[in-house]
Amino acid sequence: MDHQQEKVQLFGMWASPYVYKVKWALSIKGVEYEYVEEDLWNKSRQLLKHNPVHKKVPVLVYNGKPVAESDVIVQFIDDVWKGHGGRILPEEPHERAMARFWARFVPDKLSPPIWKWFTTAGGEEQDAAHDAAMEQLRVLEEELAHGGNEFFAGDSVGLVDLSLGALAYVIPMYEEIIGERLVIEERFPSLYAWMGRFLAAPPVKDHLPPMEELKLRFRAIREYFVKNA
Amino acid sequence: MAGGGDLKLLGVWTSPYVIRVRVALNLKSLPYEYVEENLGSKSALLLASNPVHKTVPVLLHGGRPVNESQVILQYIDEVYASNGPSVLPADPYERAAARFWAAYVDDKVGAAWQGMLFTCRTEEERAAAVARAVAALQTLEGALEECSKGKAFFGGDAIGFVDVVLGGYLGWFGAVDKMIGRRVIDPAKTPLLARWEERFRAAEAAKGVVPDDADKMLEFLPTLLALSAPKSK
Repeated sequence: MDHQQEKVQLFGMWASPYVYKVKWALSIKGVEYEYVEEDLWNKSRQLLKHNPVHKKVPVLVYNGKPVAESDVIVQFIDDVWKGHGGRILPEEPHERAMARFWARFVPDKLSPPIWKWFTTAGGEEQDAAHDAAMEQLRVLEEELAHGGNEFFAGDSVGLVDLSLGALAYVIPMYEEIIGERLVIEERFPSLYAWMGRFLAAPPVKDHLPPMEELKLRFRAIREYFVKNA
Repeated sequence: MAGGGDLKLLGVWTSPYVIRVRVALNLKSLPYEYVEENLGSKSALLLASNPVHKTVPVLLHGGRPVNESQVILQYIDEVYASNGPSVLPADPYERAAARFWAAYVDDKVGAAWQGMLFTCRTEEERAAAVARAVAALQTLEGALEECSKGKAFFGGDAIGFVDVVLGGYLGWFGAVDKMIGRRVIDPAKTPLLARWEERFRAAEAAKGVVPDDADKMLEFLPTLLALSAPKSK
């Protein structure tokens, strides 16, 4: 594939975890790109043209051709820049299937109870969400421990790490705002260690959101849900 | 032919997620043992193979499980690359387009399908779910025009990824058509998709796998409704 004459643009928004997932993937491959910050209350004509179906970020535009949906974009990046930088998906088909399976686990099973815990005022309902989140974290902890690697599929950031990634900084923020722990080191030693390792990993460490602004944003979100409970 | 042992598929005959895998296996002319699961009394093999979701489909290859239907489809493509055409195209941009539309199908059509059969409590709710499906299908009508470039399927001349993903729902759409007395894939609203449905159902790979007996499906529905857990994708 000729990478000399290509133009890569990423349309994003500073607080979106899905945008960071794409940034980390581009970083793994060492791809140069133009970043366009979108105001989601006033979406650009370009964004609406590039993603008419969902009208969302992230959108990757490769030589004028748009790709939407972060999971689709990440696999596109792995396909286009095959042989460049690190591998996002493993080589062997069964391992690839495992990576795709666990990458889906995060949005399907893990994120919903965590979001529920964060957006529920308190009481039994919040406790139930906290317990449900712990249960899913236990499943992931077992998978990570069983693999015995630095990251989910090996010794570098891959598809599953990218999928889980934003939770590495989001969970500690939620814990601080709510005043309750979720990923306790003694209960989830592998996940706890993974979180630190992920945030320090080369493709990630220089591509993180502004943490203070993000925390303010999350505080405002929680206040909204608590007030409207 | 790829090595690694025999193929076994755990499924339920009505599941859109199982049907799509069976079509994909047929497209590659792959022999496999099919095991019909009783969701009210799941086999030890199913529970051991998919402990996270405990649902079908599960593909066992040489005894090793692969779970989640879209993951299974890509696995079949990759392992049996030399067994005939792949459902995913070779070009990265076209692959991305196929994955995008497949995600759209399971997100919008899949959710509406759940609503029109399993979670609706009144006929009004069922009608609202059907309306959501019809809206999604109208978007897919445009996608079909774009992806097919005038050919028979989303994948072009041959059945592709989006075709098998959407095709899995056709059996149930036939049953819902009977329930509500009108077509979910309405030739007046989505003419391209209506013709696509005929071609898909007539394809060799779909024979005996895409249910065409609406009454049989409707008879089975109460059994499925009695089970609390929704099926996995």
